[in-house]
Amino acid sequence: MNPKTMDLKTFKGGLHPPDGKEFSADKAIEICPLPEELIIPLAQHIGAPAVACVEVGAKVKKGSLIANARGFVSAPIHASTSGEVIAIEPRPHPMGKALPAIVIRPDGADSWDESLKSANPGDLTAEELKACIQAAGIVGMGGATFPTHVKLSPPADKQIDTLILNGVECEPYLTADHRMMLENTEQILDGIDILRKVLGIERAVIGIEANKPDAIETLRKEAALRNIEVQALEVKYPQGAEKQLIDAITGRQVPSGTLPMEVGVVVQNVGTAAAISAAVRLGRPLVERVVTITGPGIKDPKNLLVRIGTPLQFLVDQCGGLNGEPAKIIMGGPMMGQTQLSLEPPAIRGTSGLLIFRKEDLPRYEAGPCIRCGRCIGACPIHLQPTTIAAYARLDLFDEAAEYHALDCIECGCCTYICPATLPLVQSIRYAKAAIMAKKRTL
Amino acid sequence: MENQLYLSSSPHIHSGETTDKVMRKVIYALLPATALSIYFFGLPALSVLLICTLGCMGFEALSCKLMKKPIALADGSAALTGILLALNMPPSSPWWLALFGAAIAILIGKQVYGGLGYNPFNPALVARVVLLISFPVQMTSWTSPAPLGSGLDAITTATPLGEMQTAVMLTGKLPELAHSGFLDYLTGNMAGSLGEVSAIALLLGGLYLLWKRVISWHIPVAFIGTVLVIGAIFWAVSPEKYPNPLFHLLTGGLLLGALFMATDMVTSPVTNKGMLIFGFGCGLLTVLIRLFGGYPEGVSFAILLMNAATPLIDRFCRPKIYGQAEAKA
Amino acid sequence: MLASILTLGGIGLFAAIALGIAAKKFAVEVDPRELAILEVLPGANCGACGLPGCGGYAKAIVAGSMAPNLCPPGGAETIEKIAHIMGVEALSSAPKVAVVCCQGDNIKASLKYQYLGLEDCNAAQKIADGPKNCPGGCIGLGSCVRACPFGAIEITAEGLAVISRVNCTGCEKCIATCPRSVIKMTPLSATTHVLCNSNDKGALVRKYCQVGCIACQICKKVAPESYTIENFLARVVYDSAENAEVAIEKCPTKCIRDFASGYPEGSSFAAVGPGTKPEQAA
Repeated sequence: MNPKTMDLKTFKGGLHPPDGKEFSADKAIEICPLPEELIIPLAQHIGAPAVACVEVGAKVKKGSLIANARGFVSAPIHASTSGEVIAIEPRPHPMGKALPAIVIRPDGADSWDESLKSANPGDLTAEELKACIQAAGIVGMGGATFPTHVKLSPPADKQIDTLILNGVECEPYLTADHRMMLENTEQILDGIDILRKVLGIERAVIGIEANKPDAIETLRKEAALRNIEVQALEVKYPQGAEKQLIDAITGRQVPSGTLPMEVGVVVQNVGTAAAISAAVRLGRPLVERVVTITGPGIKDPKNLLVRIGTPLQFLVDQCGGLNGEPAKIIMGGPMMGQTQLSLEPPAIRGTSGLLIFRKEDLPRYEAGPCIRCGRCIGACPIHLQPTTIAAYARLDLFDEAAEYHALDCIECGCCTYICPATLPLVQSIRYAKAAIMAKKRTL
Repeated sequence: MENQLYLSSSPHIHSGETTDKVMRKVIYALLPATALSIYFFGLPALSVLLICTLGCMGFEALSCKLMKKPIALADGSAALTGILLALNMPPSSPWWLALFGAAIAILIGKQVYGGLGYNPFNPALVARVVLLISFPVQMTSWTSPAPLGSGLDAITTATPLGEMQTAVMLTGKLPELAHSGFLDYLTGNMAGSLGEVSAIALLLGGLYLLWKRVISWHIPVAFIGTVLVIGAIFWAVSPEKYPNPLFHLLTGGLLLGALFMATDMVTSPVTNKGMLIFGFGCGLLTVLIRLFGGYPEGVSFAILLMNAATPLIDRFCRPKIYGQAEAKA
Repeated sequence: MLASILTLGGIGLFAAIALGIAAKKFAVEVDPRELAILEVLPGANCGACGLPGCGGYAKAIVAGSMAPNLCPPGGAETIEKIAHIMGVEALSSAPKVAVVCCQGDNIKASLKYQYLGLEDCNAAQKIADGPKNCPGGCIGLGSCVRACPFGAIEITAEGLAVISRVNCTGCEKCIATCPRSVIKMTPLSATTHVLCNSNDKGALVRKYCQVGCIACQICKKVAPESYTIENFLARVVYDSAENAEVAIEKCPTKCIRDFASGYPEGSSFAAVGPGTKPEQAA
């Protein structure tokens, strides 16, 4: 079936940035070789950083536990190859500063830890499956890196009825999920089955943007047999944002300030589903992920299966090196990604892409006065008034900014993208959000 | 060696549609109407246009310099204000009137509020209304078109709307012309301000702006629709006293106002709902002033009055945010 | 003619009577001392006392809930006047002014990266801890300039905040907004200051900045009473800084500075003599 003629669901607002996926959409996933050292930061997820449980000099195997979770909203960390721990010290982190990391020198064997046990999901109870997911350190692979077991543990009074799989990948340039859906179809669907069992529900929907007709077709063929729906979605940014995706697929809106479970929905990334399958069936913890290395500043853009902790420079080397002088190194996509100080930091669990722009690829920013054109309001997927909030933030009037729902902003970047005055609206709103949260904490 | 990499908050790409490009597109959209008015009214029209445009740019540069701000001519807003002002002036305006208008538009209409983006009223309209009240004779001396090369002399005459109002006041009845000459109205072969004349040229420009998504349909449709509907009601009640709605549409400054003046982003509401209310208010006031007011034309006053209401409209038309209704329930 | 005079006169008379009655009926009792205090307060509504405006502070003094010496912008003179109005003894403290303890502008201090975005230090600080390599240095995007109610701060062309000792009233608004605490309060009478805010070791400071304090101890050797060194950073001991200026010449990185001889380069503020505020002296 042609996706163009399918009934495409979507949300209100958003926009159409140039998608830039042509760089890497047709590149099959390649396995990235072993670097000389792996830098595995302890902070790779939302929540408390993990606590190292190995000493310098310890010999580890691929998949060995090297850091324990601290508290419930946290995740353990495992060695991504076999080798020796040569340092536990602050190293450059994608956050833009040096943070504690476990440095491993690979022995080259890349052998899995023998103590990891495979299991048949059919033999395990929901609780056992969840424990398995928690122990494997699975976090949201879409980029937010929220520990998955927390999402799978709704309070008893919240009735979950729908599992949504996020295969939208609306961020321009990124193609990691797209390739996963084409090449790891079986694993994703198996992960969905496990997730359904954990949540004790039947309904599962995979949401995919219509610009990936091959993925829609591939998944649809297999999913029908397992009673999993595949929903084609209109190509529009930010279709893959959790709240927008829920709105498009179920027509429900997550109330302001609450989580999707409030409307009976759990959303998981397709990459997370595949990782869950590997964790349960093969006993393999989350030690690698697919990363799209792309952008005009890369000679030969690729989709690589990368061990967590591989330095960005090494990834660039695998892709033919830099194409010209880099001006901006972005971890993630161009709309929500984080700029990097150098290529020293490693790829971590939330690294969906590495995007490099040269100077000529950067937009010209000469912030002028707001001309009240209202485009930011039309583009905002939350229907906020970004320009108003930003204006209040500039005057440090945070109560007024809060009244205009600054805290509901999902920082998708639509307003800044569309602003003719090239105002850094998202940055102003982020600033207001931080101030409002700080104020709330002191009250 | 310093790090030459750029770091910034996301997003890292931009649509490329910047303020100067938006302004440039509006200027392009005004070109057909401007060209046609120069054709119909000849050199006097060209000189009004040049004085207004260069005057506005000059005063903009001057005030930026006085206030020690970077000179903001590159954003094109001053040139646009100048062109819009010129299109709102009679072709026979003396040079000093045009220059004075430019000063009012930029200094009083825009810069005293802080420049682009902060002015509550449309600068070109502020200037037009100040001139209309201060220099009623010069601002209502209309000439009949004398197309370039036709050899005709410009003769003093009245605008169709002016003629209508005088006749209704004197006789209580519409004059003959009100029901004829629609072809002339369409092409702009009638007396009026530079830009009030050719309906086709203005519509062409308006369609270009809609196509380029510089403006949305809400204000023009609400504005023109309201004028047509209310005009039609009066006409239906008493066709010998009130003109037919097409006459409302094609004469005077309705199209110029609805497509180019009321849609000025700075002075109109930011939400779609707000824009509909704004357009409706403009239309209502325009018809009321035209039919019952002291001035034959009400578009400028209507838009200025609604400009004043814009902050209020914005306050009451805040968009419903995602998940808000559910949060209250 | 007569009718119009009567009408207008009548309206006027009616309005006058109505206003008179309203003024009597709705009059609010105000302590005359409150008005007198409001009169002597600077009226800048800067908030340095901790209340949003001067009116509130005047009320609080009269109510006895706040002391009369909490208005730094007013200075000793104002405190004395308020004390006189309230009939209490003045508890004046030495006037203080704010100083930006950094000279590392965009030329002297190296950049960690090229910053693009909101012209605001707090916003820039959130991106990889700010665009300068030195973690303590002035970011120079002017958050303090916007916070200052007295127009006493400017950013030099090279991107460094400089505070006028003449216009600063000591309200401490800039201190609250600076994300790196570069701004410190100092006695107005002291003109010699260590203009560095880096706690890094000397080698690192040298790498990041040409004018940073490398904690070489020389200032402490030539004027032991006047300097202390803590966390690799020298500070003037303002209580015993009689001969602090002797170290200015000796400092190898020129991070000790005497404001009596002028503001850092690139500032438009005029030099002032030690401890004086010209417009107050006049």
